Amino acid sequence: MATERRGDSAGAAAPDRELLTAADVTRTIARIAHQIIEKTAFEPDRADDVVLIGIPTGGAVLARRLAAAIAEFTGTAPAVGAVDPTLYRDDLRRKPARALEDTAVPEGGLDDRLVVLVDDVLYSGRTVRAALDALNDHGRPRAVQLAVLVDRGHRELPIRPDYVGKNVPTSRDEQIVVLLAELDGRDGVALRRAAGA
Amino acid sequence: MRHLLSVTDLDAAAATGLLDTADRLKQALLGREVRKLPTLRGRTVITMFYENSTRTRVSFEIAGKWMSADTVNVSASGSSVAKGESLRDTALTLSAMGADCVIVRHPASGAAHRLAAWADRDAGTTGTRTSIVNAGDGTHEHPTQALLDAATLRDRLGSVAGRRIGIVGDVLHSRVARSNVFLLATLGAEVVLVAPPTLLPVGVAEWPCRVSHELDAELPALDAVMMLRVQAERMHGAFFPSSREYAVRFGLSDERAALLPEHAVVLHPGPMVRGMEIAPSVADSARSAILAQVANGVHVRMAVLYHLLAGAPE
Amino acid sequence: MNLLITDARPYGEDAVDLVVRDGVVTEIGSGLAAPEGADRLDAGGRVLLPGFVDLHTHLREPGGEESETIATGSAAAALGGFTAVFAMPNTDPVADTDVVVEHVHRRGAEVGLVDVHPVGAVTVGLEGRKLAELGTMAHSRAQVRMFSDDGRCVHDPLIMRRALEYASSLDVVIAQHAEDHRLTAGAQAHEGVVASRLGLAGWPAAAEETIVARDCALARDAGAASNGRLRAGASMLHVCHVSSARTIAVLRAAKAAGIRVTAEVTPHHLLLTDASLTSYDPVHKVNPPLRTAADTRAMREALTEGVIDAVATDHAPHAAQYKDTEWSAARPGMLGLQTALSVLVHTMVEPGLLDWHGVARVLSERPAEIGNLPDQGRPIAVGEPATFALVDPDEVWTVRGARLASRASNTPYEGMRLPATVVATVLRGRITARDGKVQQ
Repeated sequence: MATERRGDSAGAAAPDRELLTAADVTRTIARIAHQIIEKTAFEPDRADDVVLIGIPTGGAVLARRLAAAIAEFTGTAPAVGAVDPTLYRDDLRRKPARALEDTAVPEGGLDDRLVVLVDDVLYSGRTVRAALDALNDHGRPRAVQLAVLVDRGHRELPIRPDYVGKNVPTSRDEQIVVLLAELDGRDGVALRRAAGA
Repeated sequence: MRHLLSVTDLDAAAATGLLDTADRLKQALLGREVRKLPTLRGRTVITMFYENSTRTRVSFEIAGKWMSADTVNVSASGSSVAKGESLRDTALTLSAMGADCVIVRHPASGAAHRLAAWADRDAGTTGTRTSIVNAGDGTHEHPTQALLDAATLRDRLGSVAGRRIGIVGDVLHSRVARSNVFLLATLGAEVVLVAPPTLLPVGVAEWPCRVSHELDAELPALDAVMMLRVQAERMHGAFFPSSREYAVRFGLSDERAALLPEHAVVLHPGPMVRGMEIAPSVADSARSAILAQVANGVHVRMAVLYHLLAGAPE
Repeated sequence: MNLLITDARPYGEDAVDLVVRDGVVTEIGSGLAAPEGADRLDAGGRVLLPGFVDLHTHLREPGGEESETIATGSAAAALGGFTAVFAMPNTDPVADTDVVVEHVHRRGAEVGLVDVHPVGAVTVGLEGRKLAELGTMAHSRAQVRMFSDDGRCVHDPLIMRRALEYASSLDVVIAQHAEDHRLTAGAQAHEGVVASRLGLAGWPAAAEETIVARDCALARDAGAASNGRLRAGASMLHVCHVSSARTIAVLRAAKAAGIRVTAEVTPHHLLLTDASLTSYDPVHKVNPPLRTAADTRAMREALTEGVIDAVATDHAPHAAQYKDTEWSAARPGMLGLQTALSVLVHTMVEPGLLDWHGVARVLSERPAEIGNLPDQGRPIAVGEPATFALVDPDEVWTVRGARLASRASNTPYEGMRLPATVVATVLRGRITARDGKVQQ
């Protein structure tokens, strides 16, 4: 689930608790990349078989980093794209119309390919559900797996990740803040208590 | 945003937001076999056209259907309107039936404004909050046309701000011209209107644009030129001596098109009168973005429906 | 009718009591005693003015009773301080014969709240082709003193010239709705910046000014031919609802040249402009249209100067179905009888352009002269008819169309707070309206 991008703690009751440093993030991404290579039996001459699809904005950045890491370790990058699930959300009517994000499906589409859906934080699972519906309208993958940087618990749907960077038990009034260099100038993951909670 | 009645309802941020949404919708649908998004499932959208129009009506209908809305078309003839039902009562009936959105085209300027006022007033009685979209009211405005024109200019030129756009022809009777002048100005473009004095409205000096009567002098500096149709059906009196004289002085012939800079784009809101305001070869040339306008129209209208109907009611 | 009015300030001057016997003022002084069986009206220091005379009202009856009747219109008039109204002939049937004008006159007398003076049509059916029987109408029981094709312009200059010449022998006035229809075909709003932005076809100022200029020339010739037979203060040509600054210049020059032309302005043309049109609410649609702020300023100055002689309401009620539509389908016109005084006070008295004598002049004295009503617009003095409007200059009220006496509610001032109210209206010693209610 896309969370706040800015890491400032103005107005927060207590300072953010750092969960992952920049170095931790890099290591975690590398580990997940290795796991993907192994679990999908990724091979350079069948690189076409696997597609990384990120959920904007954080998941899309992570998908590109994972693809780069896979390329570093195997010599070939899998195809990367992004799918914006906003139009498929089940809670659109609760807030004013949200701005849409980019959607870019890699060449060759999704039919019969193994899609690894990538997001930064997994929470209720509803965003992933919406993303699965979006993927469905683009084609018919032979399988979909899920990679997340942080799993914070509190699932509301029967959705489970295949690859997890870090499991962080949280309470509902807490927030996971993910920072990525491409978007926020630095890498890091922190736990934030809601102001006044 | 509850209604879309006039481009002046949109500031630069809101207009840009709509264009960005249209772009993203275009991306989301690209390459798909199933051209359908579930976002407006369960919303009822009614097009109510008191003037004949195939292209705009179909464009809105497709836009609604691609967003999974239920779309219904009502045209004035052969309906209760022909039996003398007032605009007010027709609107009230549609609201009472649960229309979430009524897209209206009407020959009276201000018709959409009145419908919006009645819709807001009636929301308590009918229990439905109906949004009104102006698809063209008399000679006043056609906001979605201006938005799709701006989207096309953005695609072809990269940006609208700072660009020089010429609008040529029957400005007096053109709602497309009015919407374009004000939207392009909001988005930071420089607009020049080119027309004979008889086809410019009194008071045009107060509009955010220049005025010229010499097309040849303006063409070399334009990034885009938009040709308007001469609207014979709206005229009461003699605005120019003959069609031939009009075509000679204000038509975009091949010779004139050659005066445009290399990168310049030609637009036309349609339908065209080939040979009158635009030469057939110019209409079909590489610099013509006329078909792109039509394609963008669907995405822009989807974006409008999305912003009016997908989020929380205002 | 016997009446004692106490503590009233005529024209806003010092407070006096007035004794009225049989409808005539017999004493003015202080501490006066009431005559036998007299009604009492304690004015409480309020301003007493001669009863207002409206040269231009639409009572809609016969034929348009869904919008107004002679009864409801008379009630609105009395509540607005009016003691006489001129009812325009664009009814159905048109008031172009003695039969129709006598009906309107008789009905007005039956209702008895205000003196209803029917205006006769200049041309048959208002079609502008054939002169109506002006003489028969003038000599009928309705005693028509003013003729107009209002709503339409008497377009043919030859017909207008004949009408003016013929009128001079009858001591009646021709009131012209000045609009060259060929310049205003399809027009919806004042031709200017606002209309061009709103996509509304324009009504150019020249359409009014050119007809006025033409008619002044025709009146000059007809006046010269009549060899000074005209009554003092009378008018040959009266211009209805002047709306454009350009027309003022024409009128000023004509008057300076001795042409017997008079003019009226509506309260809404003193206050409202085309800036009101942006919502497309047809309550602001009127003919001639609302123009610019510069035009309203010119109207106010002309009224102070006397180039415009009188204020006339052009009270034009329209039932909801004629106004609750898109702009181009709506009928033009606004209510005016009950808001006239307030708008006049707001635009002219409060800024110091007119004092109460001035109000009496433009709302009562000059209209009575132009309309040839010898018993209206008289000075407040012993021996004169007790026909008054009692005004509270300090009270402020909120206009609500639904609460006005007219059948229709198309007032452009809906929800506005306006100064001054009419506390009582007296017609020849009989109180016709009091504290916001008519007295039958």
